[in-house]
Amino acid sequence: MDGATVRSWMREIESSVRAQRDYLTQLDSAIGDGDHGTNVTRGFAAVVEALDGEKDAPPGRLLILAGRTLVSTVGGASGPLWGSALRSGGRVLGDSPTFDGQQVVEVLAAALASIKDLGAAAPGDKTMVDALEPAVEKLRGEVAAGAQPAAALASAAAAAEAGMEATIPLQARKGRASYLGERSIGHQDPGATSTALILRALERAVAAGS
Amino acid sequence: MAVETKMRKFMNDPANVVKESLAGLAAAHPNLLRYDSAAQIVVRKDAPKQGKVALISGGGSGHEPLHGGFVGLGMLDAACPGEVFTSPVPDQMLAATKAVDGGAGVVHIVKNYTGDVMNFKMAAEDAADDGIKVSAIVIDDDVAVQDSLYTAGRRGVGATVLAEKIAGAAAESGADLATVSDTVKRVNERARSFGVALSSCIPPAAGKPIFDLPEGEIELGIGIHGEPGRRRAQLGTAAEVVDVMVEAVMSDLKPSRGSQVLAFVNGMGGTPLIELYLLYAEVDRKLRAAGVEPVRNLIGNYITSLEMAGASLTVLHLDDELLKLWDAPVHTPGLRWGV
Repeated sequence: MDGATVRSWMREIESSVRAQRDYLTQLDSAIGDGDHGTNVTRGFAAVVEALDGEKDAPPGRLLILAGRTLVSTVGGASGPLWGSALRSGGRVLGDSPTFDGQQVVEVLAAALASIKDLGAAAPGDKTMVDALEPAVEKLRGEVAAGAQPAAALASAAAAAEAGMEATIPLQARKGRASYLGERSIGHQDPGATSTALILRALERAVAAGS
Repeated sequence: MAVETKMRKFMNDPANVVKESLAGLAAAHPNLLRYDSAAQIVVRKDAPKQGKVALISGGGSGHEPLHGGFVGLGMLDAACPGEVFTSPVPDQMLAATKAVDGGAGVVHIVKNYTGDVMNFKMAAEDAADDGIKVSAIVIDDDVAVQDSLYTAGRRGVGATVLAEKIAGAAAESGADLATVSDTVKRVNERARSFGVALSSCIPPAAGKPIFDLPEGEIELGIGIHGEPGRRRAQLGTAAEVVDVMVEAVMSDLKPSRGSQVLAFVNGMGGTPLIELYLLYAEVDRKLRAAGVEPVRNLIGNYITSLEMAGASLTVLHLDDELLKLWDAPVHTPGLRWGV
C-alpha cells in the first residue's frame, strides 16, 4: 500500500458521503442541526482536490494534507475531529513510501486517540468513537492473527457498522445531540454513520489495490 | 399553526447564501466595517486600533445580526461567520485575530458548542505561535441544558449579545486584556437564558425544516440551531409561557431581592415585535413580582435561528460597572445608541 491507496481512500470516501449526503443530513436533523451530510461532502471534495495537487508526496504526507484540508473547510465538530485524526494518522507513517497492515492499525489507532482526546468522548457517548473504536480493535486482532489487510479491513468495517447501529438506543452525552437528553434515544448517530462509511471506503481502496 | 414544509427563501444559490448576505452587510455599512471575502471575515473599518484590546467572535451563520451585525464602535472588532449553523474554521479566526490585533491582545468570545470550542481552540494555538496574546472566553448561559458529564454543557445563547456589547465598551474605554476578559466572564456568570419555539426553521442547504411541530404545541428549552428542545408541551397563553421562562432563568440565577437586572427578550427570527413586546409586558411584571428591577431591556431579533418562530429570555444581573458599560456608546449595524 502506498500514496495511491490514500488517494483512492479519499476518493472512495468522497463518493460515498456524497451518495449518502441526504441520509446523513436526515440522521443529523433528528438529533442535531441537519448539516452533517453537507459538511463532510464539502470537506472530502476539497481533500480530493488538494491531493490532486500533490503528485509525489508519500502516504503519510497525503494524510496530513487531507487532515489539514478538513480542518480548513468543514467547520463544525466533524472538521477538527476527522482533521486531527488524519493528521495524527499521517504522522505515524512519516515519510515512508509504503505501509503494511500493521501500520494501518497504527494509523487508525492514532486517529482514534486523537478523536477521543479532542472530543473528550468515550465509548457509549453516542459519537463517532462508537464506530471507530470497535473497528480499530477488530482490525488489530485480525492483523495480529495474520489476516490480509483487505480482509481485516472488511471485518473492521463490519465492526464499525455494528457499532454505528448500536448507537441507536444510546442517549447522547457529547455534541449537539446531548442537548436533547432522553430524546436522543432511538436515533442513529450521524457521526458514527459517516465513520462507518469512511472505514468501508478504506476497505474498498485497499482491496482495489491488492 | 400552519407548518411550513417547502423552502421559500430569497436566494440565488443555496451554496452562496452566507457570502452574498455578507456582501450586502458590507455594502450597507461601509462606514462601520468591511468584508474580506477571501478570509471570510467581517472586520471593523478602523481595525487594527493600536493599543486597544480587540474582540472577535464567530459561529455558524443563520443567527443574524449576530455576529457580523455587531462589528463596529463599542462592540466587536471582527466576526467569523461559518456556514449556516456550522462553526467557522480556525483559518478564519486566525485571519480575524491577525487583522484586529493592535498589540494589546485579542479576546475570543466563543459560544459553547462542541465545534465552535474546538475550532477556536485550534485558532488560539496558531495565534499564540504567531506571538499574539489571545484570551478565549466561553459563553454558556442556557439553563435548558444541564451542565453535567452527560451533556456538552450549557449552550451559549443570549448572553453572547450582552457580553459582546458590554466587553466591547470596556475595550473601547482602554481596559487591558485581563480586564476585558474578566468582563466577558462576569457577564456570562451573571446571565441566564431560556428559549422556546413555535416552529422549526429551514437551513438553505437542507431545504426542509429540521423538525415538525404539531399544531398547538411548543418546544421548550430550544437553542439557536433549529434543533428540537428539551421537551414539547401544549402551547398555553403568553402569560403561561413566560411563567416557564422566568421560572427557569430566575431559579438558576437566584439574584438577591432588589437586584437590578437587564431583561433581554429576543426573537428567534420569525416572531413579530408585537408578540415580543407582549412577552416583555409579562416578563417585566413577573420580574418585578419576583423582587428584581428590570432597569434596562433589549427587545428584538438579535440572536436568531433563521426564520424560526419563538423567543428567548435572558436576564443579566447588573452591577454599577456593567450598567455603565451597557449605556456606553455603540455603533454597529445591529445595535446603536449614544452616537
